[in-house]
Amino acid sequence: MSIQTLFYIGGRLIKGLLVLFVIAIFNFFLIRAAPGDPAKVMAGEAGATDELFLQQLREQFGLDQPLYYQLWVYISNLVQFDMGETYRQQMPVFDLIMDRLPATLLLTGTAFVLSLVLGVLVGVIAASNHRKWIDSAISVAALVFYATPLFWLALMAVLLFSVFLGWLPAFGMETVGANFTGWDRFVDIAEHLVLPAMTLGLFFTAVYARMARTSMIETSRADFVKTAKAKGMKPSRVTFRHTLRNALLPVVTLAGLQAGQMIGGAVLTETVFAWPGIGRLMFEALFQRDYNLLLGVFFISSAMVVLFNLATDLIYCIVDPRIELAK
Amino acid sequence: MKPLLKVEDLSIRLPEGADRPYAVQNLSYALNPGEILCVVGESGSGKSMTANAIMGLLPKAIQAERGAITFDGHDLVSLEERRARKMRGNRISMIFQEPMTALNPLMRIEDQIGEVFLIHSDMSKQQRQARTLELLKDVGLPDPEKAMKVYPHQLSGGQRQRVMIAMALALEPSILIADEPTTALDVTTQAQILHLIKELQRKHGTAVMFITHDFGVVAEIADRVVVMQYGKMVEIGDAQQVLNDPQHDYTKKLIAAVPPLVAPEREVQDRSKQRPALSVKSLCKTYVSPGSWFKPGRTVHAARDVNFDLYRGETLGLVGESGSGKSTVSRCIVRLLESDSGEILLDGDAIQDLDNKALAPYRKKIQMVFQDPYASLNPRKTVGRIIADGPIAQGVPVAEAMQRAKELLALVELPETALDRYPHEFSGGQRQRVGIARALAHNPQVLVADEAISALDVSVQAQILELIDTLKKKLNLAVLFVVHDLRVAAQVCDRIIVMKHGQIVEAGETKAVFEDPQHDYTRNLIESIPGADWRSGHQPQPAVGKIA
Repeated sequence: MSIQTLFYIGGRLIKGLLVLFVIAIFNFFLIRAAPGDPAKVMAGEAGATDELFLQQLREQFGLDQPLYYQLWVYISNLVQFDMGETYRQQMPVFDLIMDRLPATLLLTGTAFVLSLVLGVLVGVIAASNHRKWIDSAISVAALVFYATPLFWLALMAVLLFSVFLGWLPAFGMETVGANFTGWDRFVDIAEHLVLPAMTLGLFFTAVYARMARTSMIETSRADFVKTAKAKGMKPSRVTFRHTLRNALLPVVTLAGLQAGQMIGGAVLTETVFAWPGIGRLMFEALFQRDYNLLLGVFFISSAMVVLFNLATDLIYCIVDPRIELAK
Repeated sequence: MKPLLKVEDLSIRLPEGADRPYAVQNLSYALNPGEILCVVGESGSGKSMTANAIMGLLPKAIQAERGAITFDGHDLVSLEERRARKMRGNRISMIFQEPMTALNPLMRIEDQIGEVFLIHSDMSKQQRQARTLELLKDVGLPDPEKAMKVYPHQLSGGQRQRVMIAMALALEPSILIADEPTTALDVTTQAQILHLIKELQRKHGTAVMFITHDFGVVAEIADRVVVMQYGKMVEIGDAQQVLNDPQHDYTKKLIAAVPPLVAPEREVQDRSKQRPALSVKSLCKTYVSPGSWFKPGRTVHAARDVNFDLYRGETLGLVGESGSGKSTVSRCIVRLLESDSGEILLDGDAIQDLDNKALAPYRKKIQMVFQDPYASLNPRKTVGRIIADGPIAQGVPVAEAMQRAKELLALVELPETALDRYPHEFSGGQRQRVGIARALAHNPQVLVADEAISALDVSVQAQILELIDTLKKKLNLAVLFVVHDLRVAAQVCDRIIVMKHGQIVEAGETKAVFEDPQHDYTRNLIESIPGADWRSGHQPQPAVGKIA
């Protein structure tokens, strides 16, 4: 890696920090714009509507202070890597997020790899059979998965595979109380993973398949593909060595976008399948108006987006020699 | 002599709905060992289709219906794909028109050439590399060691075409098919590539089938010539015979449409007392690609201290190769680009710094005809609207503007019925007429034609040139003719300006410049024109038929 590349990455990271700073402020106001506050929610749950009790709670959380002062506290803590404590569990937000992060990454990561590999594969098959029945079948299937709402798909999958067939567990990440270890635990988690990962991945599989198909068909008309054929190459070699590599470039861009959403993008799936990940954490925090926790999740998610954008650009440079970094 | 390749009674059917049933019909000709056979024709004549049939590269929807292509005892039309692949790139290879897109952008040159050996031989990696390096030296690439490791985008068009040639000749094929290999190149690069093909052809005794639309190129390299029209062969013969004594009417027309490389005698007018319609003074335009903290920006001088005057009633040619800045200058003049410094005086008024509102009345006085008639007309508007929109924007009532559009169509010799039709219903030449009518809708004094004919077939070119010339006289226009084709420049321009790297290197009366060029660059340009000796006035000209 050249010194220029390192400088470039450094520059991008500094810019990324600025972006994060702006996002943090924006998030802060966005959350306050929602009606209600944590004190009201907690008081409501306790069955008390006593003004005094509310007042005490607000004082305890520092919510009685003026807004600009709260923002100042939040930001100054944040730059010291302190995201505060949750109102409810009284736990450090950072610890809570880190506790839930592996589950989410496992789910979204699996869905990501699955959709990318499957989508490109299906797209290539469709493109190689352009205008034959198999192409039409794939296109129709892709359109169906593209248009069907995630949660409905998830519910149907649970009905079919868990309720009727009984093949796969319907919710959770591990069998409760089984206390598996080693290989057994791995299999157990894998079984629990199948349905949510499929549900989450299907949409993007459809997107990649459509994109890969279009891109392959377009690229197969390029002059250099004709050059490759004129060399006397087998069609399979032309497809994989010449067409596919070039056709993948737009897919990489899209994959970068999806990768950035890996943390925040699974709220629905995690909720339906009771997957103990960040999405569900965020969902709960939202209802409890747990400002600190919400802000924490938002912040980590946006940091991920910034990082994955940078990673995508770097990967793009590797796959396409025409792109130069330091510009 | 026993022919190497024989095309016999070949007919290739086009799919339903094409403009004619056959791409190629009852075609028969032979390619002899060690000769260069030029296949000439205008676009759509079926010349490339034949080449693709020989290579087995026809699109799936289009297949040879009848006939045979015999090579080495095999019929290439009926040969099974697996065995045809063994020939392709090995015994018969091909190079294409567009060097910019013909190479895989994601593969190093070394791997792209090496692939040919990988497919057809069992050479080791070292052997492949050594052979590739040898090939790159053979085709005259500067610094071949470095060229091995680069990607296509790091090479110029001419260099890429050299790589393509190296690739095609890698296994010393018996036949090289070259499909318009120099059409996309500048004239000096074209001369080099033609020279290279000829040299390698002699060295290896390869038979070359050279497809082109340019009779100049034919004159430069052909041993024999096949002339095609609408998928049929209309003439075949020795190059000298076809070029100088064509038999078929179509060949005669094509050759007559090639402008001879002699500037005709022109009346030199004293214009010193006249005020120029357009005056360009010290025009400068620099492109700076932004640098960063670590990398200096790149500066390209597209125009450096450009000065010229243009008078009404004359045609001034702006010639040069790509990157010479001629298009930049023309775009600065019509204010499609902002110049950095200098003055642009239109009818005596400086327009270079006017804002959009102040500029509006001047826009009428200077109009442009663009290069690509397929891309420069809005496909969703009728021809009438395309022509009338400019005046309407300037405040002319719609009915009046449409009436004027009708008159303009008559002026550019298009039927009145064209008014309500859309651009896609017209041929390239007709569209360019619409483009001219659109430019004339404002009654301009200055017409800037930016490569206005270079996308057209040669016979259509002649018609458009004639039209522009007629209009110039009729309307007393000042025409700035941006052109890379020196043959055209010699015929239509009263004066020419030669540009190189953003600077004017030579300017003068056309005849004087062509007969006695002062600058080395001009001389080089003129010498590079393919077939410069042919039709230079030393030989009898063929009878000129009326161009259809």
